[in-house]
Amino acid sequence: MSVKNNSVKAWVKSGSPWIWMNAGAVSIAVIMTLGLLAVIATRGLGHFWPADIVEADYQVPGQEMKVMAGEITQIEEIPRARLASSGLPVAAEGSEFMTRELFKVGNRDLYGADFNWVVGEWLSNQRTPQTLTAFERREWGNLYGYLVNVKENGQLVAEGDAAWTALQERLARVDELHAQVVRLEKKDIGRINAGLERIRLQTRKLELQGKLDAQAQADLDMDRAQWDAEYKVLETQLVALYAAFNRDSATVRTADGREVELSLGKVVRAYQPNAMSTLGKLQFYGAKLWEFVSDDPREANTEGGIFPAIFGTVMMTLIMAVIVTPFGVVAAIYLREYAKQGPLTRVIRIAVNNLAGVPAIVYGVFGLGFFVYVLGGSIDRLFFPESAPAPTFGTPGLLWASLTLALLAVPVVIVATEEGLARIPRALREGSLALGATKIETLWRVVLPMASPAMMTGLILAVARAAGEVAPLMLVGVVKLAPSLPLDGNYPYLHLDQKIMHLGFHIYDVGFQSPNVEAARPLVYATALLLVLVIAILNLTAVFMRNRLREKYKALDH
Amino acid sequence: MQHQAHTHGIDITALGRDKQSLDLAGETVAIQVPGLNLYYGDKQALFDVKLNIPKQRVTAFIGPSGCGKSTLLRTFNRMNDLVDGCRVEGEINLDGRNIYRKGEDVAELRRRVGMVFQKPNPFPKSIYENVVYGLRIQGINQKRVLDEAVEWGLKSAALWDEVKDRLHESALGLSGGQQQRLVIARTVAVQPEVLLLDEPCSALDPISTLKVEELIYELKSKYTIVIVTHNMQQAARVSDYTAFMYMGKLIEFGDTDTLFTNPEMKQTEDYITGRYG
Repeated sequence: MSVKNNSVKAWVKSGSPWIWMNAGAVSIAVIMTLGLLAVIATRGLGHFWPADIVEADYQVPGQEMKVMAGEITQIEEIPRARLASSGLPVAAEGSEFMTRELFKVGNRDLYGADFNWVVGEWLSNQRTPQTLTAFERREWGNLYGYLVNVKENGQLVAEGDAAWTALQERLARVDELHAQVVRLEKKDIGRINAGLERIRLQTRKLELQGKLDAQAQADLDMDRAQWDAEYKVLETQLVALYAAFNRDSATVRTADGREVELSLGKVVRAYQPNAMSTLGKLQFYGAKLWEFVSDDPREANTEGGIFPAIFGTVMMTLIMAVIVTPFGVVAAIYLREYAKQGPLTRVIRIAVNNLAGVPAIVYGVFGLGFFVYVLGGSIDRLFFPESAPAPTFGTPGLLWASLTLALLAVPVVIVATEEGLARIPRALREGSLALGATKIETLWRVVLPMASPAMMTGLILAVARAAGEVAPLMLVGVVKLAPSLPLDGNYPYLHLDQKIMHLGFHIYDVGFQSPNVEAARPLVYATALLLVLVIAILNLTAVFMRNRLREKYKALDH
Repeated sequence: MQHQAHTHGIDITALGRDKQSLDLAGETVAIQVPGLNLYYGDKQALFDVKLNIPKQRVTAFIGPSGCGKSTLLRTFNRMNDLVDGCRVEGEINLDGRNIYRKGEDVAELRRRVGMVFQKPNPFPKSIYENVVYGLRIQGINQKRVLDEAVEWGLKSAALWDEVKDRLHESALGLSGGQQQRLVIARTVAVQPEVLLLDEPCSALDPISTLKVEELIYELKSKYTIVIVTHNMQQAARVSDYTAFMYMGKLIEFGDTDTLFTNPEMKQTEDYITGRYG
């Protein structure tokens, strides 16, 4: 007994339990982080894999047999009693649990819903026919069925096996036309709209200043006529494009035997996953992933890509960084180098530190109340009276979102920079002063370059804090769907007054505000993964820059 | 102001001894301290220090830790201004002009009175940029002038041969002794009149120390050098004059040989024979 007691004592004394505890805590943290990433990644990335389309007979007892086709997206075990109580005619006897499968049957325009729970027991004769095709449409989600024929202007072009090749050729053409339409609508017509809007504002401005005489009016009218003429040309082009766009159609027979006419202008792509090789599937997967990160969203954000959200997030974070760094650094320099170190400075320092702990939504409220209404409102009154009553800066937008986040992140930058300044050896400052440099010269030439890694640390922390923030943004400038990017080819190129999309808000929107929950769920994970990636990339860039600086000003503490 | 041009600044009478007879007549005075008191807050650190530093000679300050020798040294280029609560009473005349007078350009003073510190403190820049730092501060940017200054400065500091092939590499890659010589090069590059060395060898190994000492010996033909040192052998080796300080007071000042072989004061003798300190 005493021997054992001693050995326990010795074990405790050796410090092993302490080391084990610490190591355990670290492992738990690592496992949780990796697990989190793994869950997000598998759920999110799996969504883009072209699953087999299963066709099966579905026989609900006491009803007619139906043929259904779709992707099986989820299988779960559920107590028999629960199924029975939900009104399904389940047999009273049998195993306690039954399987239930979630079929993505598509064809929302035909069936009303594109996801369907079915009882596994009632499914029979599951098969995966090679020619079963998925049509990804611009509206109404996927259509699953068999391709019957392809038509041009209502005239039959191809039928049977030849139809598939004809379809792919025509889809390529449609794709090309679609790109042209988008270019025309977004770029050219967008430019004309921006021009017309400028003329309208100019007219209003002159009117307000009382300078709108006949000469000015005539000039403006001439400009407007020019734009209008240009628009007329584009409009004809657009009409022609749309006609060409909707020229072809296909007939599709669904699994339950209905025939549907499908205009090819509505189809993004058609594929036969059951017939695809693994390589083909991989290619398809890559294309889908690329679409996700590079395309605009469709269908209330449940289809297509999230490029505008990525762009908005990065843009906002960059502008935030540009605002927050000089501001925080200057404040830190004053606090550390110039302010008299006394009770007042200490109070200010405590206040700054505590500012970092204020809940983000409070900053959002402040941003809305002060930046948007007070600052933005004043700017509108002073500089944009011609667009009243429509607000220009007096409404949530990119600038205010960035400013609010900058305010939220400025304490971190101040604290990190101050620490960096405090770490510069006194000997170096004295060395500079002893050579006849003044304080400000010493600051610029020696102290600040050496403190730059600390400033970068502050910036990294600021980006980490700000880029993932959603709550305040909902008040100061982020929307579900922004019609255009805040950076484009129309003067003044960077539109600080525009509302933006943001990955964090996109997750919230897709997850909670989507009309099609089942379709949206994988996108929540995929978007979350992307948000993590974007923040990681932003941070790694800053870390890389900091390490370069550190290397350059490598410590003198030998 | 009490003028004491022909004494060496020791208030012997205050110590109850007869005035020491040392002839400084052959020397020109570079820095004249007619009576200096210095306080850190309420605590007095220097007590009525009076001495003259001869021009183009090496003067060493010795004494036990905390005796005020570094503090005195730092008053010569007003580095003490940087210490909170430091107050100086009295004056210090550099070439006959009080450096503590109102409106004195401290940056210009520090250019004229260069300083080398205990630990080598090169800037985290290239060797070249370290040497030209003081010149750039003065707004000199012509490459030719800077190049010349670098070569001359590094040669003066006996470092040229070792670094001439890597002038644009980081100064932090040099050894401690090289760094200290670089700091000396950087200081002489702005062509000061006085060089203040604050225990320049305390962080160096014996060989580097030797090199720096040789350098000091060579530099004294051009500069007035004041060196603070803990090491009495060093003081004996490199200096022409030595001042012994104790508890903020200047106890004895004189010709180095005399002071070490035949000190006037009991405290000096105790210190140099190692009885305390």
